[in-house]
Amino acid sequence: MAALTEEQTLIKDQAASWASAETPVAKFRAMRNEGPEQAFAQPTWSAMVDMGWTGILVPEEYGGSDLGYLTFGIVLEELGKQLTASPLFASAYVGASALVLAGTDAHKSEYLPKIVDGSAIFTLAIDEGPRHTPLRTALKAEAKGDGYVLSGSKTLVLEGMAATHFIVAARSSGKAGDAAGLSLFIVPAETAGLSRTQMKTMDSRGYAEVQFESVEVPSSALMGPADQAGEVLDEILDRARAGLGAEMLGVGAQAFAMTLDYLKTRKQFGAVIGSFQALGHRAAELFAAMELARSCGEAALQEIDSQSNSVAKACSLSKAKVGDFMHEMSNQLIQIHGGIGMTDEFDAGLYLKRARLLEGLYGNPAYHRDRYARLLGF
Amino acid sequence: MTETNNLDGFRTEVSDWVQANFPSTLKGLDIMSESPSTKGVGADFSAWQKKLGDKGWGTPTWPKEYGGAGLSDPEAKVIRQEIAKAGAFNPIPPMTGMGVTMVGPTILEYGTDEQKAKHLPGIASGEVRWCLGLSEPNAGSDLASLATKAVDEGDAFILNGQKIWTSGAHISHWCGAVVRTDPKAKKRDGISFVMLPMDQPGVETRPIKLIAGSSPFCETFFNDARAEKTDLLGDLNDGWSVVKRLLQHERQSQTSSPGAPKVDAEPLQEQAKRYVGTEEDGRLADPDLRLRLVRNLMDGEAHKLTVSRITAEARGKVNVSAAASILKNSMTRVAQTKAELTLEMMGHQGVGWEGNQFTDDELQSVRDWLFGKAMSIYGGSAEIQNNIISKNILGLPETTQQG
Ligand SMILES: Cc1cc2nc3c(=O)[nH]c(=O)nc-3n(C[C@H](O)[C@H](O)[C@H](O)COP(=O)(O)OP(=O)(O)OC[C@H]3O[C@@H](n4cnc5c(N)ncnc54)[C@H](O)[C@@H]3O)c2cc1C
Repeated sequence: MAALTEEQTLIKDQAASWASAETPVAKFRAMRNEGPEQAFAQPTWSAMVDMGWTGILVPEEYGGSDLGYLTFGIVLEELGKQLTASPLFASAYVGASALVLAGTDAHKSEYLPKIVDGSAIFTLAIDEGPRHTPLRTALKAEAKGDGYVLSGSKTLVLEGMAATHFIVAARSSGKAGDAAGLSLFIVPAETAGLSRTQMKTMDSRGYAEVQFESVEVPSSALMGPADQAGEVLDEILDRARAGLGAEMLGVGAQAFAMTLDYLKTRKQFGAVIGSFQALGHRAAELFAAMELARSCGEAALQEIDSQSNSVAKACSLSKAKVGDFMHEMSNQLIQIHGGIGMTDEFDAGLYLKRARLLEGLYGNPAYHRDRYARLLGF
Repeated sequence: MTETNNLDGFRTEVSDWVQANFPSTLKGLDIMSESPSTKGVGADFSAWQKKLGDKGWGTPTWPKEYGGAGLSDPEAKVIRQEIAKAGAFNPIPPMTGMGVTMVGPTILEYGTDEQKAKHLPGIASGEVRWCLGLSEPNAGSDLASLATKAVDEGDAFILNGQKIWTSGAHISHWCGAVVRTDPKAKKRDGISFVMLPMDQPGVETRPIKLIAGSSPFCETFFNDARAEKTDLLGDLNDGWSVVKRLLQHERQSQTSSPGAPKVDAEPLQEQAKRYVGTEEDGRLADPDLRLRLVRNLMDGEAHKLTVSRITAEARGKVNVSAAASILKNSMTRVAQTKAELTLEMMGHQGVGWEGNQFTDDELQSVRDWLFGKAMSIYGGSAEIQNNIISKNILGLPETTQQG
């Protein structure tokens, strides 16, 4: 664990005890069984707002506490452990990051307070096909009169069914694959021509496919100068990746804890199975991998907080290393539990399914290894 | 080579027969995941099962008197190949649960003539489905510590206890179970293998739902369940050697591919091109995925070549014992890795659970990936196979008191 400030330690303890008492994984399971379109419980979301978590990244002038990314990461990790479902990450983490980094003053004063009080739910609409390739963005933005017309579609949009506002990456010039020519727009969910369909995924969260059919937005919807959003989009995505890294650490850490517990209690051949060296060594390897992953995950958040110039590298390192650890850990969670691990009644499957979604969002480990190599110039 | 030539005539015969008898309506049916009746081809399916069963070709190496065709392993292989070539499938093994792959071969080895005559024809025709009651809540890898009791009551044993993870118990007609017949003997010396009908008041099954969503296995409860003495397989209190042999057959059946591979399945690399895209020279656009894909393809080739080599070295007679653990683990690794790579390749389309946002193939890939996690658990886990290799093949000392 990073050396935390007193305040961060308080928030960590608060998040840990709140999540295990108020939103234990059993709550997530119950919601999954019901299968609501809005894949989170309203009281959970309200409680998060009341605890001030929605303001962690928001400057004080807009009603937030501006405590920074490591602090938010601490909360995400604890929520990851219990598979707590909420729009906290999509809206108060990614959405707030985007507004702070790319929004105009008018955007900030209009929307940030609403993110903080929970009345608005923001989400980033970026990927258009099966893969995360931001530069291939093709959703078209055509200038028309005093505004733009958006046409195209977005897939696997986080909390897409509950969102009140979409931050849409669009191509205002150039062609798919060009770095230049990207723009970001804020599009309220009720805008004419926008429609959404729930995507029922194995992790049972609230994703949507969002269609834009000649959606007209005023030029005031544009975040920053037109055609030049490529760079800031990357900064927003890096913050998102570091946040996912934190949640993935939580998922992995919980999977490790469950496995360790089982190694110490399940008996076969007259001994606890953890006494078989094959399993003891596996646990040791997983523990070491978790420690290494944690260093990468926390470093990314700290680099963002200190505004270092190696944020991009640190975030790719986090997404790749934590992703690899969680991948292996989620498989071992099943394997070491034997038959019980395969049953729906036991929680292992819920963690495995969540793990694969997190692994693929905003670039999977292979994507980030490739990106890391590019950043190093080879 | 001469063997191959001698088989040519037989090959033509088989191929002609399959052409003439396999209903074209069943082509492309994936019997592992699709039900013939819901697809509206139930009658054709039954007719095909009956024809193949009458010929004894569902279990070609079994003796004719027990419903087989009395053929050699190479001849059986020809039947498998010709059936696959025609886009057909052998419907009999999946209809019998554990019957064709495990129970049948074990009865052939350990059964009395009466037992063979009573049980084998129903398996060979695909009419009788079998499950296996081995595992218990506290006896998984350590099967020998099983606690289900069987008490001698004259003509029958009366069973009391609980089995778990019993695949297909809720739809099976018969069960092969290991039970404790001598509680005073050492763990392995007091076990017997009995066969009992599932349709009786003393047997209750409760399906367990899997992470993949389906419920293919059950908790099975014996409350004064009855197994006739004539259905004791092998000697009293010698069930451990019967079950060891049975598990070897299980491993053996798992060393080839799980289920019947779709004949027309598009190779993974071709699918990958569509999902991932290619560079100008045709390479997959994701170089990291490309290399892991090819590693998996090579691992698959190495597995297949090893199966062929071992078969050839045993001169056509597959040796069930020695290599089974190696092959089971390598098969498992190839299949599980392939399933992971399939999801990764599909990207955002490889995360679906249900609904129109995903194709049927995409949804099936997710379910298969989840179900495939069981391959390294059932039939002796990957770790247990390694224990067997290190002890039985390499002669290293054992670290647990196991067989
Ligand atoms: C889909 C599925 C279908 C099945 N079908 C059937 C069926 O039809 N009939 C039936 O009887 N059973 C069936 N089984 C049960 C299966 O055989 C058992 O799950 C298996 O034997 C493992 O037992 P367990 O689940 O109790 O795990 P445990 O034995 O508790 O093992 C837990 C973990 O410890 C490891 N371990 C245990 N001992 C050692 C050791 N000495 N050294 C190193 N590692 C060790 C295991 O490998 C595993 O990773 C099925 C299981 C599954 C998942």
